[in-house]
Amino acid sequence: MTRYHRRKMINAFNLTASIAVTLFGLVMLGWILSILFIKGFAHINWAVFTEMTPPPGESGGLLNAIVGTLLLTVVAVLLGTPIGIMAGTYLAEFGGKSRFASTVRFINDILLSAPSIVVGVFVYTLFVSPVGHFSGWAGGVALAILVVPVVVRTTEDMLKLVPSQLREAAAALGAPRWKVTVHVVYKAALSGMITGLLLATARIMGETAPLLFTALSNNFWSTDMSQPMANMPVVIYQYALSPYSDWQNLAWAAALLITISVLAMNIFARYGLKGHKQKP
Amino acid sequence: MAAPETQYSKHSRQAMIGTLGDKLFKGTAFFFAAMVLVVLAAIILMLFKDAWPTFQTFGLDFFTTEKWDVVNDQYGAVIPIVGTLVTSFIAILIGIPVSFGIALFISVMAPEWLKKPVGIAVELLAAVPSIIYGMWGLFYFAPWFSENLQPVLTDTIGELPLIGQFFQGPPIGVSLFTAGFILAIMIIPFIASVMRDMFDVVPKDLKESAYAMGSTTWEVVWKVILPYTKVGVIGGIMLGLGRALGETMAVTFVVGNAQELMTGLFYPGSTIASTLANEFNEADGLHMSSLIALGLILFIITFIVLAISKWFLLRLGKVQEGRST
Repeated sequence: MTRYHRRKMINAFNLTASIAVTLFGLVMLGWILSILFIKGFAHINWAVFTEMTPPPGESGGLLNAIVGTLLLTVVAVLLGTPIGIMAGTYLAEFGGKSRFASTVRFINDILLSAPSIVVGVFVYTLFVSPVGHFSGWAGGVALAILVVPVVVRTTEDMLKLVPSQLREAAAALGAPRWKVTVHVVYKAALSGMITGLLLATARIMGETAPLLFTALSNNFWSTDMSQPMANMPVVIYQYALSPYSDWQNLAWAAALLITISVLAMNIFARYGLKGHKQKP
Repeated sequence: MAAPETQYSKHSRQAMIGTLGDKLFKGTAFFFAAMVLVVLAAIILMLFKDAWPTFQTFGLDFFTTEKWDVVNDQYGAVIPIVGTLVTSFIAILIGIPVSFGIALFISVMAPEWLKKPVGIAVELLAAVPSIIYGMWGLFYFAPWFSENLQPVLTDTIGELPLIGQFFQGPPIGVSLFTAGFILAIMIIPFIASVMRDMFDVVPKDLKESAYAMGSTTWEVVWKVILPYTKVGVIGGIMLGLGRALGETMAVTFVVGNAQELMTGLFYPGSTIASTLANEFNEADGLHMSSLIALGLILFIITFIVLAISKWFLLRLGKVQEGRST
């Protein structure tokens, strides 16, 4: 075999392998989603949306868990977004390459990938163990800590895309700096910032680990944030690992609902809003 | 003739409000940026404070003892730490070649019309919540694996000297290896996404020069693209490793949650995160403190890995700035 043939063969082999592993990835995605859809749709019915989570061995629904997840998500986003946007604004508009800004950027990127279960433990030591019981507020704070880094990152990235001529033009008209930022820069970067917000929301909606030690769960209708609060991920966790088939079936239904919401938000955030493409 | 004067003072008042507003705005922004650092410090401080009783009781033995005995209140971190490292190592061992292949496919080989759909599919893999991987892993992948793949692995690699002992274990499906495999699928999108971004920024003239010299596609990838993006690729791998180390729900479902140290990868085990998820809500006293100590260890390990990742990625940015000017 000549050297030329060997080179051609290595090339063909490696490129085929590359196609093969790509197919492997797609097959895994297909496997997971198809099982989720088959098992999930089989157990979605009207009761899922109208009844409370049942005691063992009985049928019921997910109403309290759905409402709980929505409440926790809203609280987390309301808490985390202003912090994230202001911090991101500082990095993009004021911080520049100062040592403080670089440190914040560095730490923020690490918090972005930090284990969410540790955040749960942290919020437990801060809010649950002093009070003596689990609460919706603690869950909301834990999720908010996960929201902040995502929003900081996207806000900074999006503000930096705004051309500096816009800022200079506004400043030349006599607008103070804060007005330039709020009325000109934010407006120009709005769709990108919303993308970041949607990605952050999608990220926390399916998060289970930080809620285990904070919001925990309950089986009743409750909108009291100072008490343990039912939520989809923890219900999925508890029901999926239970020996009761009714509970397992509900877990599949819940898993399907949460995955559809998360994936839909992701796709909409990345491709529905025009003009900005975001990486995870 | 007081008009110009009032106008003047009106302006200066507006200017004053402007500067005051500026100061207030910048101050608020600074405050919230500083909060990012405060959160980090608070996490480390609070965890350390609550973990202190454990460090006081067991001292350094906590890091070298493999006993996790809730009944006798004796705790050592070896089993969860080893479990965490082993599962994450399996994950990157499988994850690196697969991510590389996917990045290569999307960035170099795929025709334009295929790039976007495949890219979206891989990103969806990252968006699927961790707990879904857990359910799928426990109810579908683990049984399939123990019936089909595990016997094959045990009969082939398991027969080899030295490494053979790692491919042993009962056919129950839940094991360190299963956890590592599922972690691999979960981190592939992150590594592949970084690699793909890196591959896309390699200057066209470099690639085309190599093609013009008669290189095959693979030679361009291996000898031009990869050396050029080396630093970023390592950064992406470390990012994936950081993700794998702290992943909780998927692992908790499939790792088996046994506090025993086995050489075989097909035996059930546990990781730091899975131990926390399983025991935290029933723990108190020294048990709780030891669990928080585990959390602190996990946080520090991932912090270091992610810091290295970030450092590599930052270095790549600087290298490219240097080259383009």
